Amino acid sequence: MIFGIPIQALFGQLLVGLINGSFYAMLSLGLAIIFGMLRIINFAHGAQYMLGAFAGYMLLAYAGIGYWPALILAPILVGLTGIVIERLALSRLYNLDHLYGLLFTFGLALVLEGVFRYYYGVSGQAYSPPPLLAGGTNLGFMFLPNYRAWVVVASLIICLGTWLLIEKTKLGAYLRAATENPSLVQAFGVNVPLLLTLTYGIGCGLAGLAGIMAAPVYQVSPLMGSNLIIVVFAVVVVGGMGSILGAIITGYVLGLAEGLTKVFYPEASSIVIFVIMAIVLLLRPAGLFGKDA
Amino acid sequence: MNKTNPLLSVSDLHAWYGESHALHGVNLEVFEGETVTLLGRNGVGKTTTLRAIMGLIRKRTGKIEFEGKDLMRLPLHRTAYAGIGFVPEERGIFATLSVEENLMLPPVVSKGGMTIEEIYKLFPNLEERRNSQGTKLSGGEQQMLAIARMLRTGVKLLLLDEPTEGLAPVIVERIGEVLKTLKQRGMTILLVEQNFRFARRIADRFYLMEHGVVTTGFPVEELDERMAVLHEVLGV
Repeated sequence: MIFGIPIQALFGQLLVGLINGSFYAMLSLGLAIIFGMLRIINFAHGAQYMLGAFAGYMLLAYAGIGYWPALILAPILVGLTGIVIERLALSRLYNLDHLYGLLFTFGLALVLEGVFRYYYGVSGQAYSPPPLLAGGTNLGFMFLPNYRAWVVVASLIICLGTWLLIEKTKLGAYLRAATENPSLVQAFGVNVPLLLTLTYGIGCGLAGLAGIMAAPVYQVSPLMGSNLIIVVFAVVVVGGMGSILGAIITGYVLGLAEGLTKVFYPEASSIVIFVIMAIVLLLRPAGLFGKDA
Repeated sequence: MNKTNPLLSVSDLHAWYGESHALHGVNLEVFEGETVTLLGRNGVGKTTTLRAIMGLIRKRTGKIEFEGKDLMRLPLHRTAYAGIGFVPEERGIFATLSVEENLMLPPVVSKGGMTIEEIYKLFPNLEERRNSQGTKLSGGEQQMLAIARMLRTGVKLLLLDEPTEGLAPVIVERIGEVLKTLKQRGMTILLVEQNFRFARRIADRFYLMEHGVVTTGFPVEELDERMAVLHEVLGV
C-alpha cells in the first residue's frame, strides 16, 4: 500500500499511462515534424493512425500477412498515401493562410473515418498480439503483458531514432535549416519541395506505425484516431509547437500524469491533460520546450 | 580573362515584389575572374538584382544567362547547380545548426571547391567555434561563415550582398583579404556594397544603379575622376 492505494493498482495505472504516453509521444512527434516543416496543423493525423491500424487488420484478414511484416508495411502504406496527398493537395496550400491546411486535413480526417465507418461500423475489430509477444511476465508486484512492454520499448526506440535522424544527420540538418529559411536552403541547391513531401510522408508513416502498434492494445475502430487526437494536440501545445524533443517528453509525461490521476482522483483523469495545458498556456504560451516567437 | 563571352549576362531584367515593380530592365555582364560591384542608394534595386539572378524572386522577366545557359527556366534549387552561390545581406546563418553544420549545409554543386581543411585555414575562428550554435557567433564571424560555406560547393560565381554592413573596420579589413584570396583563386564575384573604400580595393569594375536600372558602368581606374558625380548620386 502506498498512500492507501494498493501497489498493484498504482503500477497497473502507471503502465496504462506509460502505454498511452507512448502513443501520445509517437503521434505528437509526427505532428511536430509536420508542423515544423510544412507549417500545417495535420488534423488528419488521428485518421492516419487509424489507417495504420486498419492496414494491419486488413493485411491479416484479407492477405494473411501477420503482425511483423505489417509493422513494416502499414507505415509504408500510410506514408505513401501521405505523399500522394501532399503532392496533390497540401503543396497547393502552402502559400495560403494556415487555416486552409487545417480545414483540408480536418475534412480529410472526416472523409477517411466516414469511409471506414461505412464498411466496418463503429464496434471495432479485434487484432491479437503476435504469438511471440503473447502472455505476460509476473514481476511480483504486478503482471506485465509482454506486448505492452514491447510497445513501451519500441516507442522509445522510434522516438529516439527519429530525434537522432533530425538532430544528427545531414538530412536532419536540411530539415532544420529548411524549417528556419526554406527559400535560402533551396537557393543552396536543396530540393525543398521534395523535402516537404518526404517530411509529410515520414510524419504520416509515424502515425501509421503508431496505429499498427496500437491495434493489439486498443480495438481497431474507425474512431480510434479521433478519440486520441484531441489529447495529442494538447500534448503538442504543452510541449511547444514544432519542438521535437518537447513532443516526445511531454507525450510520456502527460501519459503518466493521466495514469496517476486515475489512481488518486479518477474523476479528473479525462481532463487532467487539458488542465495542464491551460496552466502551461497561461505561464508559458510558447509551450514548455517552445521558443518564444 | 575571357572578355568576349561573359560568365553572367543579364539583359532587360524586370522583377516585381507582388504588385511593386522593382527592376525596370537591368543590363549587366560579369566576366570570368572579375569582381564587379553594384553601387547605388538604398532601395534602387541592388539586392533585388542579386535575388532575381539567384531565382529567389520568381516574378521576373528578361534574360539571365550563365555560361550561355538560360537561368530563367531553372527551378530555384537548380540555380546553384549552374554554379552560383548566394550570400544574403542578412547572412542567413541557421540558429538550429552548429557552425560546422552551417558550413556543411550547401550541397557541393561541382568539383573544384575548397576542402574543409582549406576553409578552416582561411577562417581559423570558425574551426575554433565549430561546435557552437551558428547564431552565437559575432556578426563578423557570421559573415565569414556565410561566405565560407559557399566555398566548399565549387560555385564559380559568388553573389555577395553587402558583406561589410554593420561590421567593425578590423573585420571589414579581414573580409577584404578573404575576397582578395578568393579572387586570386579565380572566383568571380558580383558584389553589392555601399563602402567605397572597401569596394575599390577588390573591384575591377562598377555598375551604378538608379531607380531599378543600371545607368552606367566603369572600370576601377575611372573611380577617382567620377567621384564627384558618384557622391552626388549616392548621397554619401
